[in-house]
Amino acid sequence: MKSFAEYTQQLKNYRLQLQPDPYQPVEEYFTCQVANMGSVMLPLLNGWYVHKDSQLTLYPDGVIAGSLKAAMTQYPELVQASLKTLEDHKQDELTLSNKEQFTDGIFLYVPDNVKVEKPFQIVSLVNSREDLLIQNRHLIHLGQNAELSVIQCDDSTKYGKTFLNVVTAITLNRQARLHYYKTENKEAESLLFNHLYVNQCAESFFHSNAITFNAGYVCNDIHVNLNEPFAEAQLYGLYLVDKTQQCENRIKVSHNCPDCKSFQLYKGIMDDEAEATFHGHVVVQPDAQRTNAFQTNRNILLTDKAKINTQPFLEIYADDVQCSHGATVGQLDDEALYYLRTRGIGERSARKLLMFAFANEICQHVEIQALKDRLSDMVQRRLNGELTICDQCMMHNADNGGLIFPIDPSKL
Amino acid sequence: MLKIENLHVSIKGREILKGVNLEVHAGEVHAIMGPNGTGKSTLASVIAGKEGYEVTEGKIIYKGKNLMDLSIEDRAREGIFIGFQYPVEIPGVSIANFMRTALNEIRQYRGLDPLNGAQFLKLMNEKKKVVELTEKLSNRSVNEGFSGGEKKRNEIFQMAMLEPTLSILDETDSGLDIDALRIVANGVNQLKNQDNATIVITHYQRLLDYIVPDVVHVLFDGKIVKTGPKELALELEKRGYDWIKEEYEQHKLS
Repeated sequence: MKSFAEYTQQLKNYRLQLQPDPYQPVEEYFTCQVANMGSVMLPLLNGWYVHKDSQLTLYPDGVIAGSLKAAMTQYPELVQASLKTLEDHKQDELTLSNKEQFTDGIFLYVPDNVKVEKPFQIVSLVNSREDLLIQNRHLIHLGQNAELSVIQCDDSTKYGKTFLNVVTAITLNRQARLHYYKTENKEAESLLFNHLYVNQCAESFFHSNAITFNAGYVCNDIHVNLNEPFAEAQLYGLYLVDKTQQCENRIKVSHNCPDCKSFQLYKGIMDDEAEATFHGHVVVQPDAQRTNAFQTNRNILLTDKAKINTQPFLEIYADDVQCSHGATVGQLDDEALYYLRTRGIGERSARKLLMFAFANEICQHVEIQALKDRLSDMVQRRLNGELTICDQCMMHNADNGGLIFPIDPSKL
Repeated sequence: MLKIENLHVSIKGREILKGVNLEVHAGEVHAIMGPNGTGKSTLASVIAGKEGYEVTEGKIIYKGKNLMDLSIEDRAREGIFIGFQYPVEIPGVSIANFMRTALNEIRQYRGLDPLNGAQFLKLMNEKKKVVELTEKLSNRSVNEGFSGGEKKRNEIFQMAMLEPTLSILDETDSGLDIDALRIVANGVNQLKNQDNATIVITHYQRLLDYIVPDVVHVLFDGKIVKTGPKELALELEKRGYDWIKEEYEQHKLS
């Protein structure tokens, strides 16, 4: 796979849309099909926040949600505070290009002690015949003891190639809790970078779950700073790729103080000539005593040409820590296969069940029940070869055609 | 129903079973006892069809069919059920999904229509009562995070769902406290009828207080060295296995 610097060279081949499209009722013709989730939709079209009336909504409890561009003029001091999070991290070339070029994005602000019940759903849609570059920047700020769930979905609509370069900065103050779900289902021509930069204060909790179903190239690049004691980060990920799809998960967790916890579990199934990377880096700084850091990456390769590059990596400078890392690349559990078959389940069905079990473990960590059910169902259908990208959004045209990616368990 | 003749089985070239003979009829409960490492679990695994077990001599006839000709799943579809000593945990597969798949594949094999969702749920609710299984447990992943007792109850629940004709329960009593033992044994007793048979493999007599066998066999050194009525189990409990060993050694010498 290419480096970020090489991808940066490609940016010039895409056109950045410098103005929003005239208002289209995206909310009306795009409906998320996840039933009963009751999320608040924050749609972006071609890189710009779509709104009917106001660019920013101020809710009675003080929550602010809407366009980042608008927030920069209406709440400059809040935006500045959130941007600090980014400056704490070492930023790569693509993140720096985003700093210069970003057009718009989502601003989400939750004041102290506010627990937001409905999840916010950021939906980034691309609808253009041109090869578009989307430079979005999202800022999520949770005050002390605040709670929020965010779902970020990336979906394509038309066939032009897209290069999405999205930078999200998350600030979690003392005792704040954020659940962040990331899913994408894009066509084979897309390039998608999600850079997530997280700063956590004392006793805060961050949960991330990144599920990749289909994509040309997807990179989930997560940086977490555990800056104050008793902060906890749980990072989960799943990638189901086939054909020539590529998926990278790059994670860096820095334990910068004592008594923090981090946990990573990433799983993937690679078919055909698909390729995936897991690069998990945990740094335990010298005074970060009593750190708990666990990291696991499990993979199933279905063909000789499918590839996984897995690099679990611990860098430890403190002596009183509990850390573990491990990676497996292999086949299904023979004992489990045997157990299922002794109940009358045929070998092929048993393999399917186990592949689903393998993948679904990640979905089980989704806290929103409706989303969990839906993701499980999508994983099931993806493994059965029934999930195409056109399935997921009303906007997708049925004539997209030819985009069926079955993962074939018989190849095991 | 089951006829095992002169069965010799090796694992990686090492002979574990050295000529087992056993006949089980419908309506019977057999207990197979014996010290550890004498081949009790091997016998269960061979009947189930587990890979890595080489039958070097003899045969297993089940309902007139040579068992060795059938795949693992086809044996199950023919009505064989194994209750495992250490049931595996399968994270991510719910018990409901697991049982529905199993039941419908068995039904398909037998030329029956699959059960629809409502029929399946009704059946599951009915069968859960057999082992006092809670609603919660059945929504969880197969055996994941279950206690020893819950795992064994789940085994018997599966047995209730699949209604096998021949059940082999391998050390079902191991790791059970007295309450769980009672529930599991009650379940097995409820499922007993004139058309099915059960083989209970156990190290201790304790389970046989609850599941009363018609015949007790002692497996030692890869062979059934003694067969008797249920009282044999009590004698083994009292006297241990040493006298069996002595008898066997003497028999070998003469």
